[in-house]
Amino acid sequence: MAEPVLSVKNLTVQFPTRRGVLTAVDDISFDIMAGEVLGVVGESGAGKSMTGAAVIGLIEPPGRISGGEIRLKGERIDNIAPDAMRAIRGRRIGMIFQDPLTSLNPLYRISQQIIETIRTHLHVGEAEARKRAIKLLDDVGIPDAARRIDDYPHQFSGGMRQRVVIALALCAEPDLVIADEPTTALDVSVQAQIIDVMKELCRERNAAIMLVTHDMGVIAETADRVAVMYAGRLAEIGPVRDVIKNAFHPYTQGLMGSIPSLTTDLDRLLQIPGSMPRLSAIPKGCPFNPRCPKVFDRCRIERPDADPVAPDRRVACWLYPEVTPA
Amino acid sequence: MSELNTPGTAVPLEQSPIAPKPPGRIRQALDSDIVYSYTRSPVTIIASIIALLLILMAVFAPLIAPYNPFNPASLNLMDGFTPPNSTSFSGNYFALGTDHQGRDVLSTIMYGLRVSLFVGALATLFAMAIGISLGLAAGYNGGTLDAVIMRIADIQLSFPAILIALLIFGIARGLIPPSQQEGAAVWVLIVAIGLSNWAQFARTVRGATMVERQKDYVSAARIMGVHPIVILVRHVLPNVMGPVLVIATIGLALAIIEEATLSFLGVGVPPTQPSLGTLIRIGQQFLFSGEWWILLFPAITLILLALSVNLLGDWLRDALNPKLR
Amino acid sequence: MSAPLLDVRHLSRRFDVSKPWLNRVIERIPRVHVRAVDDVSFEIAKGETFALVGESGSGKSTIARLIVGLLKPSDGEIIFDGKSLARGLKGAEARRLRRRFQMIFQDPFASLNPRWRVTEIVAEPLKVFNTHKSDRERRKRVGELLSLVGLSPEDGAKFPHQFSGGQRQRVAIARALAANPEFIVCDEPTSALDVSVQAQILNLMKDLQAEFGLTYVFISHNLSVVRHMANRIGVLYLGRLVEVAPSHDLFARPQHPYTRMLLDAVPDVEMTGRRRKKVEGEIPSPLNPPSGCAFNPRCPFANERCRIEVPALKPWRGQPVACHGIEEGRIPDGPAQPIASVTAP
Repeated sequence: MAEPVLSVKNLTVQFPTRRGVLTAVDDISFDIMAGEVLGVVGESGAGKSMTGAAVIGLIEPPGRISGGEIRLKGERIDNIAPDAMRAIRGRRIGMIFQDPLTSLNPLYRISQQIIETIRTHLHVGEAEARKRAIKLLDDVGIPDAARRIDDYPHQFSGGMRQRVVIALALCAEPDLVIADEPTTALDVSVQAQIIDVMKELCRERNAAIMLVTHDMGVIAETADRVAVMYAGRLAEIGPVRDVIKNAFHPYTQGLMGSIPSLTTDLDRLLQIPGSMPRLSAIPKGCPFNPRCPKVFDRCRIERPDADPVAPDRRVACWLYPEVTPA
Repeated sequence: MSELNTPGTAVPLEQSPIAPKPPGRIRQALDSDIVYSYTRSPVTIIASIIALLLILMAVFAPLIAPYNPFNPASLNLMDGFTPPNSTSFSGNYFALGTDHQGRDVLSTIMYGLRVSLFVGALATLFAMAIGISLGLAAGYNGGTLDAVIMRIADIQLSFPAILIALLIFGIARGLIPPSQQEGAAVWVLIVAIGLSNWAQFARTVRGATMVERQKDYVSAARIMGVHPIVILVRHVLPNVMGPVLVIATIGLALAIIEEATLSFLGVGVPPTQPSLGTLIRIGQQFLFSGEWWILLFPAITLILLALSVNLLGDWLRDALNPKLR
Repeated sequence: MSAPLLDVRHLSRRFDVSKPWLNRVIERIPRVHVRAVDDVSFEIAKGETFALVGESGSGKSTIARLIVGLLKPSDGEIIFDGKSLARGLKGAEARRLRRRFQMIFQDPFASLNPRWRVTEIVAEPLKVFNTHKSDRERRKRVGELLSLVGLSPEDGAKFPHQFSGGQRQRVAIARALAANPEFIVCDEPTSALDVSVQAQILNLMKDLQAEFGLTYVFISHNLSVVRHMANRIGVLYLGRLVEVAPSHDLFARPQHPYTRMLLDAVPDVEMTGRRRKKVEGEIPSPLNPPSGCAFNPRCPFANERCRIEVPALKPWRGQPVACHGIEEGRIPDGPAQPIASVTAP
């Protein structure tokens, strides 16, 4: 089997506070292969963005990775010096955030930002870097790229800015792209275009993508596999089509049922009672047990781990017996 | 938890059953972030103790002061210029010495603190009242009213507060008949200092009001047709008081110093009712003749008072700023 | 159709986005206005849910604010139960009318005063409209309302920050219902909430509508939410209505090219593999809208007439559509969407 681009094992992120230590990400493991899009989905407080931040080494203190390991192409990156991590970010890991203005410096022209990134990470000359930058902007769908490259970020619309950010994330030919809610701030009609661009370019370049979002629709459109997070834990992970059409974990089932359908008339939506627990009050046993319609005694006492239950699928739920892969 | 009587189907409570019971009111207050940040800041604790001691000294001066420095009958000119920690000609002990008229420096400081704090506090309250009302009106209405009020504030802020206070003080002197000037002096001082400091409050309140009035809880009240004044007082005011308290604390320190400066310049309270500023003015006449204590002790008191109040203000500003938590 | 509860006629609203006076004088630039809402007309019958759907710059929230009187219209009329609201309300009549409509806002963090306890928040309309005179009566009513929206009466003693987003939206709904209104304007009531919480709130809103015969104006950018909630839907693009249709028809047979594009843009979360066209172009700036039909630069069917003449909303097969192409019959019927009419068990 090929080596995964990103391998996360038993990752735990904790925040010491004066009322005790909060666990924002609790013992999660997953791999992403080259050319693959892994969707990480969850509601607010599920720990999905924190997982992304851990991978790129941008957890804000006092938060810290307190357990597990993160490997980029086999090499550990969770315990390296900040300087080394900075070199990896941008070069080997590209980043796309919800607000394009967090990635773009308003004071510099787009050309300066992209060319500088290219030249910092790849050893090419100014002219060559500029040529590449224009090509890249063209690829992400910016019309008249050769002229617009010298514009400032504020001269672009929201959708165009997000395209520039994608170009910036890809310009150093990274192995992995972390996209944290890349389309959340955009209108539906723009969102669809951005999803297309992102998917296409990464596939062409064989980059792995970790796509963090709350929007199941975006996941369905983009991801190959999906990891569903709940209260800092992995509830379920598997191929997108399987998880969406045949969810195993009661939380995923509830989540899918609570999305209003575009094709089916329903009188009422399926609803999960209650809400995601606060980090300071995560229930004992399975964190979903107080809201779960299928809860039984074991769920209230013992915590399930995300164990394999079918080919390429892991579920953290006592309803499904663990299957040892043959 | 109550019975669910939602129509149709039961909508379950959005509460996790393991949620802890909310603590009582007092425990909740003690557990708040403000209290937490207070207990974590030794400088603030020391500052608050000093401020509290000084305030208590001022409030209870008639009870705890060793002498009454304003009772001419108890004064003995022969006791004049007694150095600190010594017994005077007439056999009285003076911890901080006496001044040229034989008044006990410790007692005059206690009584002076009373005047300084009284003037400072009332002037700050006066500035707050004007500043909050004008700031609310400007921020909520916008338009011409806002432009007029804020331009006046801008003009005033471009002059030093002390200059404004001197100007108002001068005008008041001209208006009040000389026979009543001595009695009115403290009130004129309060008005002058208050008027010279309202602009800070107005600016802050206006900014906060403009933010709050955009929020939908104000919209909800407007849809119901609640009167704008009721909206301002009941909805907006409580939400803009945080920053106002910070400025009020720092403003109190400034007002005390301003009063001291005016009194030092001789335009403040009359010498029969000396404040810390007046005491410093008296003391500086004797500094070079060797009677340093007459100046030094009131000056230290003023510095301690202004500094401790200022430190409390700084801490309050940081504690109320969610970004620094 | 009987007389509509709300009748919006030729509603327009312009905003002055000019630079300050001094800049205008020195730089010699004229005043600049944005037409946020431009000649919008629709009717809403009692008991129905009428949805306005559109992307940013469509003017949907501005229309919500115009209806409830937070903004004054630049032109046009809003007639509520036969009485014009736009002319400004006065005195006792205003109070009577205001009691009949309410609004639910998008952000449940900003729509509740953080310094008030929930009881005070929910009791505010009771006080303002003087429906419950004594404090005891009001408390009793607040308790009822909190139970109605799925909270407990004891929650009244808490402050808003002690609740989650969904619970706060429940408090906001309780406040909206307090004075027994008939008509509620809902401005993106669930777009700040997580999907599972959104389902709870949408179900609650449907239940309340059934119980109290409420009429909703439901404003949203989310097409699947709109489909779930509305009887009829108006599609907005750059301040103008481009199409109004019953919910089911709009999704089964979208007419206007913009509606079709919008439907194609919605991610296929059910993975049905429905056929979709690629979406192109972006929404133009409302500051400088295209001439003619605002959608013409993105429209695959646009011709010369579309670039010059603004299309009016005209009935087409019984449903109003604002499109020259549809009117002239040069746009083919869109592919019928595979809609399975399954009713939930």
